[in-house]
Amino acid sequence: MLRYYLKLGVLSIRANPALSALMVAAIAIGIGACMTIVTVRHVMTDNPVAHKNDRLFHVQLDNWNPNDPYEEPDEPPEQVTYLDSTALLQAGRAFRQVISFKSDRVVQPEGDEIRPFQEEVRATSADFFAMFDVPFRYGSGWDAEADRGEERVTVLSSPMNDRLFGGEDSTGRMLRMNDELYRVVGVLDDWNPVPTFFDLNNNPFDGPEQIYAPFSVAVTGEWGSSGNNSCWKPPEEGGYAGYLASECIWIQMWVELQDEDEKAAYAQFLDDYVMEQKELGRFPRELNNRLSTPEEWMINREVVDDTVSVLLSLAVLFLIVCLLNTIGLLLAKVIRRSNDISLRRALGASKAELFRQYIIEAGMIGVAGGVAGIGMTWLGLRGIENVFADYDFIGNLVKMDWAMVGLAVALAIVAALCAALYPTWRACSVSPASTLRVQ
Amino acid sequence: MDIGPIWRAMLKNKSGFVLIALQIAVTLTIMVNAFGIIQERVNKIDRDSGIDEANTFAFASVLFKDYEREQRMALIDEDLDLIRNVPGVVNAIASNSFPLRQGGWSMALGLEPGNQTPESVSSAIYFVDEHGVETFDLTLIDGQNFTPDQVNWADPEDNTWPAWGIITEALGKEMWPDETGSYVGKSFYINDNDPVNIIGVIDKLQAPWESWSGVERSMIVPQRRASEFVRYIVRTEPGRRDELMPEIEAMLVASNADRIIRDMVTMEEVRKLAYVGDAALIKILGFVVVLLTIITSLGIIGLASFNVSRRTRQIGIRRALGASKPAVVRYFLVENSIISAVGLVVGAALSIGLNIAMVEAFSLEPLAWYVIPAGMLALWAVGQAAVAGPARRASNIAPSIATRSG
Repeated sequence: MLRYYLKLGVLSIRANPALSALMVAAIAIGIGACMTIVTVRHVMTDNPVAHKNDRLFHVQLDNWNPNDPYEEPDEPPEQVTYLDSTALLQAGRAFRQVISFKSDRVVQPEGDEIRPFQEEVRATSADFFAMFDVPFRYGSGWDAEADRGEERVTVLSSPMNDRLFGGEDSTGRMLRMNDELYRVVGVLDDWNPVPTFFDLNNNPFDGPEQIYAPFSVAVTGEWGSSGNNSCWKPPEEGGYAGYLASECIWIQMWVELQDEDEKAAYAQFLDDYVMEQKELGRFPRELNNRLSTPEEWMINREVVDDTVSVLLSLAVLFLIVCLLNTIGLLLAKVIRRSNDISLRRALGASKAELFRQYIIEAGMIGVAGGVAGIGMTWLGLRGIENVFADYDFIGNLVKMDWAMVGLAVALAIVAALCAALYPTWRACSVSPASTLRVQ
Repeated sequence: MDIGPIWRAMLKNKSGFVLIALQIAVTLTIMVNAFGIIQERVNKIDRDSGIDEANTFAFASVLFKDYEREQRMALIDEDLDLIRNVPGVVNAIASNSFPLRQGGWSMALGLEPGNQTPESVSSAIYFVDEHGVETFDLTLIDGQNFTPDQVNWADPEDNTWPAWGIITEALGKEMWPDETGSYVGKSFYINDNDPVNIIGVIDKLQAPWESWSGVERSMIVPQRRASEFVRYIVRTEPGRRDELMPEIEAMLVASNADRIIRDMVTMEEVRKLAYVGDAALIKILGFVVVLLTIITSLGIIGLASFNVSRRTRQIGIRRALGASKPAVVRYFLVENSIISAVGLVVGAALSIGLNIAMVEAFSLEPLAWYVIPAGMLALWAVGQAAVAGPARRASNIAPSIATRSG
């Protein structure tokens, strides 16, 4: 029977090619508009460490101004001070802990082919690579010993390794930055988390840094942070040492905790630490520490731009217009065919059979609309890429994956079936032989 | 034209008309809200940054060899000397940022000394020397420019502030909302306890962050920073910018090999990059509105064609009974006007609702009063245009159809 209905559906769609094409086009355009925005949003809200979301925690301590919270209503600062991050790292009370910041450095490649260039380098403690599951192609990260010994070592991304060392195994080779030599200990495999959850400041869609170096080396070398720096009161002393001793926040801190017990213990440890600091006259605000999972942290920092949400609501309305259009056209078709329908009813077709027949026809239009909708989404994403061409990171945001393709087809079928419900119901309620009399 | 019979005829077959009316309603909702956003963004892009954008460019010089403070100061002086002496250059400075750059320095300013409070006003800070006013092409509307002896040197991490500042009028208004006289001679505190005396007021100089609500608040201070990273801003005579950019870059690359010159940009490029998102949104929404209008028109055409073919016999009878061709056309136009009117009234209500929701959720600006009426008028016209084709076909139905059966 299904095959027969499919055949009837094809015949009916062929009978009115213009009308059918219009319906497929309306669904495809509506789906395309919706899925374009949904895809961009999907990438923006992606959690690159979803598999470790319950183990990783972003650390916040409230060392801010007693008269004025960092952010209303009572948000603790989004980064931590040098004093606190290094004290917590030293204490080593979490399974793993990472403190890091980014800094502009000048890379001086050997030979004269490549001129010196500026590059944003991530200064981080040793656990970064293990904690965030960063894959290595050659070598590995450095260890805590290297951190303590302020060894000049570095890890390169594979594109940077291609650029500087022609893609070969460069471990053991030397890299010159700001006139100092660093030994390459590792080269990353392909790794492009978007958003860069571990540092959401500035632009989280730019992708990760291409060069990594020990935090301790950076501080000894007096590297300034090229990310956000905020102070609620001026440093008491001038110079880099004064900045390190200040209440200014510029370091991102993450910890890895293996279970709820460890998390509770670490939260208690943070509270104790802050209480201890209060004795020393710091932390004038009430106790307000926070441990957030990557997902909570991205929501808190509002990684998704308002514009995307505005566009999404407009795109949903757009799909509704397209569906109303389809409902109207299907209805016109049904009414035009009421003669056939009443004849079939008179010849013994039950309402259920008619319902099946018309829903299958609508489903076919839905599938066609969905497939065309994938094409429209692809076009829509190219359009987005085009109008945002001046953003060099836009390529990171307009990628379609299989989940999105499946969603597009599913959405199209559901949409077409919804659109078909009322016209089909109308078709089923045509009484047998009612229109035969006129003939 | 009798609306009565048309209305009663529509009631016989409500669902088709209701669907079109709903479609028109949602179309209006999207259209006016999209238009509201477009309008807001166009106004945002049109704002003046206050500097001579057409003839200004900037670049950065990054030292990678270890220089002592005195060496860094000497290099900056030497660079500026070289640049200012190039024929065609109006003036140049070393500063930390410029309008629309998206990154810069901001400080909290208070009327009383002490830690910042909720009443503190934040302002963008540009570090300049006595050439800042001319390089940025600022208009002093009150007071005077810095003198060379007011300009001092500081280390990059230093937190010492000069005792003088030139502020934008908008910053003055924010600090002293009730003041009607001059801001010159007034003072406030920066960095908690350091007093700043206002010696001049400029009409306009935007902060580097174009989306910041306080974008019109900025202050220039007479300080130079002996940093490894220096941003040079160069203003040229009209029309000479493009030829001077490569010339100056080559000159500085040749003058010192211990640094790199990077981020060479014109202010026009900076502006374009700052507003990429807004410009893109305008294009996307404009495209959506056009596409939507087409889809809705196709829906109207589809329904009207369907009605024409369904009513072929009735139309023939009317023609046979003496209705003129224009009368038949008028019938469809009036019918469409009625559907549109219902849809547009519902749509106006929906538009206001969505606008209120968006203003709340995304802090957009509310719609201007005329946007909804204008949108209604436009959609009504589109509907009439869409229905005109099928209506013409209807009017061409021969009266003789009435005599045939079927």
